[in-house]
Amino acid sequence: MGVAVLARRDVEHSRVYIDQLYSNDSQKCFQAVSELKFAVIGSVREKGSIIEQGVVVRLLQILRAPELDILLKTEVATVLNSLAKGLPEHAAALVQAGLLPVLWEQLESCPSGGSGSAYTQMLLCCLRSIYRQGCAPPPPAWDQKLLSSLIQHGYHPPSNQECVANILAHACKTNEQQQQLVDAGGADLVACLLCSPVSRVQLPALHCLTAMCFNNERVSSIIATKSYGGKAVPDLLVGLMARDRPRDMQLAAATALTFLHRAGALSADDPRIIYKTLQCLVRMCRRDREVWERVEAANTLAYLTEVSTDLQRTAAMTDHLIHTMNDYLKDTTPPNASVPQGISVSPVSCRQYDNPSTWPELMVGAALKVYASLGANDEDIRQRVIKTDVLMNTIVTSLSAASPPVQLAAVRCLHSLSRSVHTLRTTLQDHVVWRPLMTVLKTSNNEELVTVSSSTLCNLLLEFSPSKEQILDQGAVEFLCGLTRRPHPGLRLNAVWALMNMAFQAEHRVKVSILHHLGTDQIFRLLSDTDVHILMKTLGLLRNLLSTKGHIDQIMQCHGKEIMQAIILILEGEHSAEVKEQALCILANIADGDIAKSAIMSNEDVLKKLMNYMVIPNVKLQIAATFCISNLIWNVEEGAAERQNKLREMGVYKLLQNLMTTTDTGLFDKVKTALQQFH
Amino acid sequence: MAAGSGRHSASPPLFPSVAAQDAVKSLYPMVNEEETPLPRCWSSKDKYSFIGLSQNNLRVHYKGHGKNHKDAASVRATHPIPAACGLYYYEVKIVSKGRDGYMGIGLSSQGVNMNRLPGWDKNSFGYHGDDGHSFCSSGSGHPYGPTFTTGDVIGCGINLIDNVCFYTKNGHYLGVAFADLPSQLYPTVGLQTPGEVVDANFGQSPFVFDIGEMMRELQSRVRNTIQTFPVPDTHGQWQSMLHRMVSTYLVHHGYCATAEAFARSTAQDFDEELTSIRNRQKIQKLVLSGRMGEAIDTVHQLYPGLLENNKNLLFMLKVRQFIEMVNGTDTDVKTGAGGGGGVGGRKMCGGSPAAIERMLHFGREVQHMSQVLKIHLGKSDQNKKMLQDAFSLLAYNDPWNSPVGWQLDPLQREPVCQSLNSAILESHQLPRRPPLEICVAHTRQLLTLMSRSGLGSCAFSSVDHVLGGSPLPPTPPSAATTTTTAAATNALHHHHHHHYHHHHRHIHDQ
Repeated sequence: MGVAVLARRDVEHSRVYIDQLYSNDSQKCFQAVSELKFAVIGSVREKGSIIEQGVVVRLLQILRAPELDILLKTEVATVLNSLAKGLPEHAAALVQAGLLPVLWEQLESCPSGGSGSAYTQMLLCCLRSIYRQGCAPPPPAWDQKLLSSLIQHGYHPPSNQECVANILAHACKTNEQQQQLVDAGGADLVACLLCSPVSRVQLPALHCLTAMCFNNERVSSIIATKSYGGKAVPDLLVGLMARDRPRDMQLAAATALTFLHRAGALSADDPRIIYKTLQCLVRMCRRDREVWERVEAANTLAYLTEVSTDLQRTAAMTDHLIHTMNDYLKDTTPPNASVPQGISVSPVSCRQYDNPSTWPELMVGAALKVYASLGANDEDIRQRVIKTDVLMNTIVTSLSAASPPVQLAAVRCLHSLSRSVHTLRTTLQDHVVWRPLMTVLKTSNNEELVTVSSSTLCNLLLEFSPSKEQILDQGAVEFLCGLTRRPHPGLRLNAVWALMNMAFQAEHRVKVSILHHLGTDQIFRLLSDTDVHILMKTLGLLRNLLSTKGHIDQIMQCHGKEIMQAIILILEGEHSAEVKEQALCILANIADGDIAKSAIMSNEDVLKKLMNYMVIPNVKLQIAATFCISNLIWNVEEGAAERQNKLREMGVYKLLQNLMTTTDTGLFDKVKTALQQFH
Repeated sequence: MAAGSGRHSASPPLFPSVAAQDAVKSLYPMVNEEETPLPRCWSSKDKYSFIGLSQNNLRVHYKGHGKNHKDAASVRATHPIPAACGLYYYEVKIVSKGRDGYMGIGLSSQGVNMNRLPGWDKNSFGYHGDDGHSFCSSGSGHPYGPTFTTGDVIGCGINLIDNVCFYTKNGHYLGVAFADLPSQLYPTVGLQTPGEVVDANFGQSPFVFDIGEMMRELQSRVRNTIQTFPVPDTHGQWQSMLHRMVSTYLVHHGYCATAEAFARSTAQDFDEELTSIRNRQKIQKLVLSGRMGEAIDTVHQLYPGLLENNKNLLFMLKVRQFIEMVNGTDTDVKTGAGGGGGVGGRKMCGGSPAAIERMLHFGREVQHMSQVLKIHLGKSDQNKKMLQDAFSLLAYNDPWNSPVGWQLDPLQREPVCQSLNSAILESHQLPRRPPLEICVAHTRQLLTLMSRSGLGSCAFSSVDHVLGGSPLPPTPPSAATTTTTAAATNALHHHHHHHYHHHHRHIHDQ
């Protein structure tokens, strides 16, 4: 009999107090809220049922009613806090019902000196519980006054400290929010909270600090100079990272220090980074740690060591890291793995570990990122990484089969490895990595993924890479030319770069194909790109296209006019000397052709420009211009005498003679060679 | 009370008092160097002839031909690594890599051939500089770490709890190199080509690697193991036993009010009547304030026959009374000059000629008693020494600053007080010592036993730490920090039992 009867009685009973929630008699209403409180605390089922019944709307109404008693409101906030602590769906439903604006509005109306009041505390708890569920967007931009009062509330008592630190940690996502937080005194608050004796306060304070520092040089440099109790924040962090601290605290502190380093506030050779932080993170990757700790630690480690060669070298020799990462690739989560309860991951990773079936993939992704960082610069490390078991197979399968984050990690790793000539010629060729890579490039619309993939492709297209031909056969030219038209500058740069590598000492058909698919219009567009790197690589591409006599003549016959226009465009534009030097070098290449010479010789404007560059006070440009002249008048070639006469008439010979007085040996040699050509 | 260690029992070190001067010892506070000395330098005997030592036997250089591996030479430290170190660590700086840099750093057992590099033979373990390989009792190595050369500092650590060995290079942790290590290993280095010179640091100077932090990690791990150790407690027996231990301790030392309150809140009975506890407390107070005469009278009155049946105890009390008379504490005239008198004008017997007269008279009584005791109970070295020490006080103008002045320290009343208290309890068929103290003493014994049996966890299991409730002294701290911790611990104890200065220390001696 029991169950059914009891259940019905429950519902009937709950109806009674739910009805009374709407009572105008505040006494009755308070009674009802109290009963509600006891019903929902600790019961997920009850929370869900209450939310379904639409009670939240009434609760919010009570909070907003100015005439109602603060005790009643506090009790209501307690109920809402309990509901927010239920399943993520429950918190989401509360947000949906408009809980957040009401809480903020109520908090704003709390007196600033009333941080200790039960109502303020409960409002903060409620906000904390919602944000910790990771389902609420942070306020798009903070109201400065509200933010200041929130930070004021955060100093006292400990319950507020914990709540405010959590709220700020979860609600600091953008650059502006980071700045606002610091301007409002968030850095001082965090420094103070780090010194709390309560780990429930310290941990969210660390997460908050991390969120503030991420990728923000200005904010990080301010935070790094803050101190509390006579200790600078970085030193406080080192204290929290000590080996006898709880592991989640060590990890959070190491992450904070990592972010300070990456934002330029602490240098790579700072002992707190290269000794303490690095060792802590490597330690956290060990097999005896929880999966989530290992994934977080490896991801952070990859970020820490992404740039600095010193950090990469140190990490590579610390505690068998390369082997440890290999375990990540092979790790299979036991089927009975349970979701970790009550773990305190950073807001960024909120809910990431809820599904154990995704753990192996998370581990693979993290390990590939670590390998990518380790192998970024040092060839020895790269070779050690490549030699680890199953790595190449993992990369290849991840490229084609994994989720975008793991695909990205795999491409990053491949990119690092592709920086090795040896590897390009051996391992990468053996594993036919270009095939899945091209598939990623052609099918993915994830910009970051395509950017890294195209960088990798650049390396695979280097002239000594055996994959080059196969990639060309796959329609790489057409694809890359298409990429040069993408709005993302990184993609355009990589595409031109790859084309440049492709054109280097390439067969004529390849060059024709590039010119055909790219089109002169697009070349002009790229030459007027605001990104100087793209401009430089485009000039490099032209230079590679216009090499060896036969190719120069053939290309100039078809596209001579446009190419000359493009060069004049650059020479006349407001560009740096490096850019102009590239343009002059292209001219020198053109001057090396047999028929192509006429394109320059017939253009007196260009000749005058060349003479001009021979005398301007920049040796590199002088050398490039002189070299071009020298090619024009090379005396064994047909029509040399004619060209020499013309240039002599224009005063080039005289100019060269004057240049003989130069003190620069490079220029002197070029001038001497040119003069020797004159009969 | 520990016989024959009278002088030292005045201030048995709570933490090693040598900490400030001896950096090596301070790294390993739980090591008893009388039983297991720490390695502090290379042995000038336990080495191959191609090894030269200098700079207090800390610098090692190669002086052989160095033609091939048959010219390899090693040296061991003077002593094996005591298990009670818990975590042992030493560093070697490569002063010069010499011709080829064939240097090995590691550990080996006694008796392993010294005409070899560490790692090549059974019970020998090494990390070699030329190839970065680790050698585990074998002629062929495994890729382990980076190579090392002139200017590098290589650290070798051994975790005596997990029995693993790890290395560091220039302060960076390289990871575990060897597992399942045998016990009684010696720090060992080996060189093989001319010009190779290395310097060892056994802890005399600060290490490049932060070993302290690793120690603290192990410490918290061990502490956690202890705290979460499962206790089978099916019927709440465990808890009631703990209550009983606390209660008997309070009763034993006569903390009447506390004992009563504790018993009330834990629903227990006493084995002794309340008045009896109060009586003992009264006597203890007298002894601890130096009023021996009154104390003895009170014992006669409250426990007739006790001292008559225990002449040695009475003798001890009388000798103490004599000392207190010299001290000026045990007088008929209450001068108010308590414990040791004022700092400035301290005079024998408070400077009163009448008191001196009485003291001398009393001295003769005690001497007589000693002779009687000798006849009845036979010779007692302990009694003889006690009396000699006490009478020696008269040989000095300023007994307080004399070689026997320690007897005048009020702390010396405590063992007397304990003996008396125990005797009273025993006469009532109650235990001489409370179970809590027995338990503590037992634990201490077990820790020494662990140390002797090579169980490294003993390094991080300190009874004082548990009693003091404060963390163990931070491992390689400045002297100041250690003192502060010790002071804090003392303060805590003072707070708990006012009359018993440093009371817990005496558990140490029993």
